[in-house]
Order: sequence, then structure tokens, then C-alpha cells
Amino acid sequence: MTGGALIEARELRFAYGRGPEAVRGASLRVERGRLSAVIGANGSGKSTLVRLLCGLLKPTAGEVLFGGAALASLTPNERARRIAYVPQTVSTVFPFTALEVVLTGRSPHTPRFRFETEDDLRAARAALEAVDAWHLAARPVTELSGGERQMVSLARALAQGPECLLLDEPSAALDLKHRTTLVRHLRRLRDEEGMTALVITHDLMLLDPYFDRVFAMRDGRVAASGAPDDVLREELLSEVYGDEHVRARRAFGRTFVWSEL
Amino acid sequence: MSNVSPVNEAAAVNDVRSAGVRLRRALVLLALVLAGSALVALWVGYQRLDLWALQTDERARAVFFQLRLPRVVLAAVVGASLGLVGAALQALFRNPLAEPLTLGVSGGGALGASVAIAFGMGARVAGLPVVFVAAFLGAGASVVVVYRLARTGATVLPGALLLAGVVMNTVAAAGVVVIQYFADYSRALQILRWTIGSLDVVGFDLVWRMLLFLVPGWVVLLLLARDLHLLAVDEETAASLGVNVRRSERLVYLASSLVVGVTVAVGGTIGFVGLIVPHAARLLFGEDVRLLLPCSFVLGAAFLMLADAASRTVLGAGELPVGAVTALAGGPVFLWLLRRQQRFAAV
Repeated sequence: MTGGALIEARELRFAYGRGPEAVRGASLRVERGRLSAVIGANGSGKSTLVRLLCGLLKPTAGEVLFGGAALASLTPNERARRIAYVPQTVSTVFPFTALEVVLTGRSPHTPRFRFETEDDLRAARAALEAVDAWHLAARPVTELSGGERQMVSLARALAQGPECLLLDEPSAALDLKHRTTLVRHLRRLRDEEGMTALVITHDLMLLDPYFDRVFAMRDGRVAASGAPDDVLREELLSEVYGDEHVRARRAFGRTFVWSEL
Repeated sequence: MSNVSPVNEAAAVNDVRSAGVRLRRALVLLALVLAGSALVALWVGYQRLDLWALQTDERARAVFFQLRLPRVVLAAVVGASLGLVGAALQALFRNPLAEPLTLGVSGGGALGASVAIAFGMGARVAGLPVVFVAAFLGAGASVVVVYRLARTGATVLPGALLLAGVVMNTVAAAGVVVIQYFADYSRALQILRWTIGSLDVVGFDLVWRMLLFLVPGWVVLLLLARDLHLLAVDEETAASLGVNVRRSERLVYLASSLVVGVTVAVGGTIGFVGLIVPHAARLLFGEDVRLLLPCSFVLGAAFLMLADAASRTVLGAGELPVGAVTALAGGPVFLWLLRRQQRFAAV
């Protein structure tokens, strides 16, 4: 299943309204069956890039190819069956149960005026089980912790049965244990189901050796990409984050990154 | 997977496996409630319904078929409309306190209708009653203004939404007073009687005319049930699941303004029906918006028939405006919800 580009972005440009361009000429290739990360300073265009890649935003210039075809040529439903997007936070106001939320992931597969079938329910259950969250099924999402909610969001995305997951800073609100758990789930999905995933993250310590590829964004462009230990280099990170105090060291088979005070 | 609770598991599965079945069961139950409410509403009033007289007395028959029955049907139509719109607005804005009154939709409609009344109510343009059209435009303008004020970038601020709605209502109410002031005596009186809100009606003509406008609005809202269900969970997620958010929003605005505008033009401002009814439906049938919309529709009809029956009977010979009954019932519900909501920090 691995190999070949699943998503290819060519010279994407985008501006919100009449504001300055958030993405200016970003290109990247997300390979099938790989776990990739997008890193970069705040405001470097990471979230906008991911929204462009999943079709939530339309580029003002450039093109996104998904599985070799133009993303723009897919209907919204086709798109939702192939690409699942997990926003940074989901603040649901009404006390929907976790299972109800996960079942919304089946809607791209269900005719508009039909309720979910037994198959949809099985898919939702499998998705919750895949992230060890089936025990939350009957709980209202408004009563779940940040970490539990994120797992429900991920399960909803898996219930879509997508070829590719795009996650916008999924670990931002998570503690140490839940961050690691999330990456573990993503790696297992990659290994067992050949899932492709692209994750925006500020967790530079979790990249090497767990991710296959890292894209570093700067000023709306992909400034560097490669294997984690290629990208996590002091000079490169200093430039990406505009911070000369960034340090990177390899030890114990991984790369440690921090910024000196 | 060690801490799976079999109880939770079973509850969750039964709860959702049967979303379609649950809807059918809910509608059967609600049909019974509706029939019961209709019987009560037809029975009580200034004169108790006398089945014997109905068969023998021409006058009793006229009172029943020209006054009592149309009034009960009108109450059902208006109540169903307000319940449905309330449920739809709550889902669209992800705000449990949203309803036509709190979002200023009713106020805008009332202002539009007053303008039309002041300039001659009977007039028609292209066969459409001007007062309906004016109320629709007023309600629509109000929705757009309130929404524009509350939306900042990708999010709608729930507090700002309600505040903007309240201000919109106050401004509209002031507008109605100004119009009353400048209108000639008989029209001013007409506006005054109408602002108090009443479901007094003679015959079915008005009801048919209303339905011409209401049915398309109802259909649009009910057809959007799934989009609204996904939007109620989360807007961005809904978009990623293939919902055309902007289009759904516009359709809900349009349909809600139409439905609320027409009901306001006929019955005046009847507040809190769109708040109480969807929350009662939630307590009974859960959060699924695909269930909430049709259930709020039927429950709203039953609720307003009963509220109107109460308004006709509590004072004995006199009559309380039905808007006062719903406000007395709905105000406390609003405050209770507000209190509960603060725990979730949604407002």
C-alpha cells in the first residue's frame, strides 16, 4: 500500500478575505501509507494548508491532487469518504453521546434521508474500539475530558472510512500520556491498515523516530521536508521558528529539540 | 478495553441503533399527545363544547366550525411553526437559548407587519398579502443583522448572538410604537390589538392563506434535518463531512424568516414556544436533530393548542393573550436553561 503520492499540492496560495496571504506558494507530496507531520511557527500557514488539502478552503492559485485527480473535481460527499479532517478542538454545546458523534462520520456513506444502518453502527463501534474509546460510547461528549473528546473526534474521522487523515494540532490540549497514545494509535493505523495521516504538531520531541516524514513551514511555504532526523537540525529549525536559541541533539536513537532560555 | 461497561455499551447501542425506530415511536406517541391536546382545546372555552347541541343547534354548529375549530387549527399551525424554527435555530447556531424571540426574528417580523398595517393591511402585491411579505422581510432583515453582529470570523459568539437579538427586539418594539403614534386612529388600534397577540380567527380562509407560505418553509427546514444535525455537533466538522455550510445557513434563514414572519403577521409575537418545545423534545427523545425537528413540530402544535385553551379559560369570561401565557411559562424555562448553560460555559 505504501509509496506514491496520495496528496500532492502544487504552488498553493490562499488569503482569508482581503487579508495577507496565509499560504503563498506551498508545495508538498504526502505519500500513501505514511505518517507525516507539519511543523512551523504560529501563523506560518500550517492550518490553512491542511484546510486547503482537505478541501475546506479553495486555493486562490495552485492545485491539490488527491490520488492523482484534482481534489476540486470531487463532490463534497466523495471528498468526505476519502479524506477525514480532525479540527484542533471540537466544542460541542449539546450533550450528544460519543456514539452519536462518531456516527456523524458515517453520513457521507448514508443517503440523505436515511438513518444509519447496522453496518454503520458496526463501523462506528470499530472506530471507537480502534482508539480504545468504546467505553465512552454512551457518555455525553460535553462531559468528557479534552483527551477523551479528541479520541472521539479521531474515532469519528475513522468512521468515515477515509484513505487519509488530516489532523490539526490534535495534541495541543492533551497531556503527556494522551499525546503519546494518539501517536501510537496513528502508527498502528498506518501499520495495520496502511492509513495515510498528516498531522500538524508542535510536539517536536515526538517526531523522531515515530513519524516517517516532516514538512517544515515558514511564511506560507514548505521550507523543508524529509525524514525527521533530516529536518530536525539546529540551523533549519532556527530559521523555521525564527529563534536562534533552538537546539537539537540526537541521543538514544531519537532527536531532542528544545529552545535555550 | 478493560473498563468497558456492559451497561453503557447496551444503552448506547440501543440508543442509536434505532434512530429511525425511535423517530417512528416518538411520532406515534406525539400523535396521541396531539390528538389529546386537540380534544381538550376544542372542548374548553367560553362555552363548553356540547355534542348534543352541535348536532341540533345551527348556532352552536356555526360557533364551533367558524370560531372554535379554526382557532384551534391556527394555534396548532403557529405552534408547530415556532417549535420547528426554534429547534432549527438552536441547531444552526449551536445555542440552546436561540429561538425566534431571543434572536430578534419575531421583533423584526413585528416591525415589518406594523409598517404594512399602518399603510393598509388589506393590500396585496401580485396576489400576496402585503402584511405577510412585510413581516417576512422584517424577520429576514433581523436575522441577517443579528447574525452579522454575532459572527466574528469562523465562530458565532453565543452571548453576542442573544444580545444582538435582544437589542433588535427593543429597537423593533420602539419602531412599532413610533408607527402606532403616526398611524391614524383606527389603524393604530389595529396595531395595538395585534401586538398583544391573539389567535382569534373567523373561518379557515386565513389559515389556508398562511399555509401557502408556511408549508414551503416547513419543508425546507425538515429537509435540512441531517445538515442541521451535523452542524449542531460542530460546524467545521460538518463542512468536512460534506455539508455546504453557507447554503444550509442561508436556507435556514430564509425558511425561518418566512415561517416566523407569517406567524407573527397573523398571531403577533408569541414568545418562548421555540424554546420550551425543542427542550421538552430533547428531554423526551434525545439530542439527535433529525428527531428533534419533526418532534418539535408536532409537540409545538400540541403545546400552543393547550396554551391557547388556557388563555381562553383561566380568566373565566375574559381572555388572556396567548403570548402572555407562553411568556409566563417560557421565561422561567429560559432562565433555568441559562443557569444550566453557564456550567458548560457556552454563553
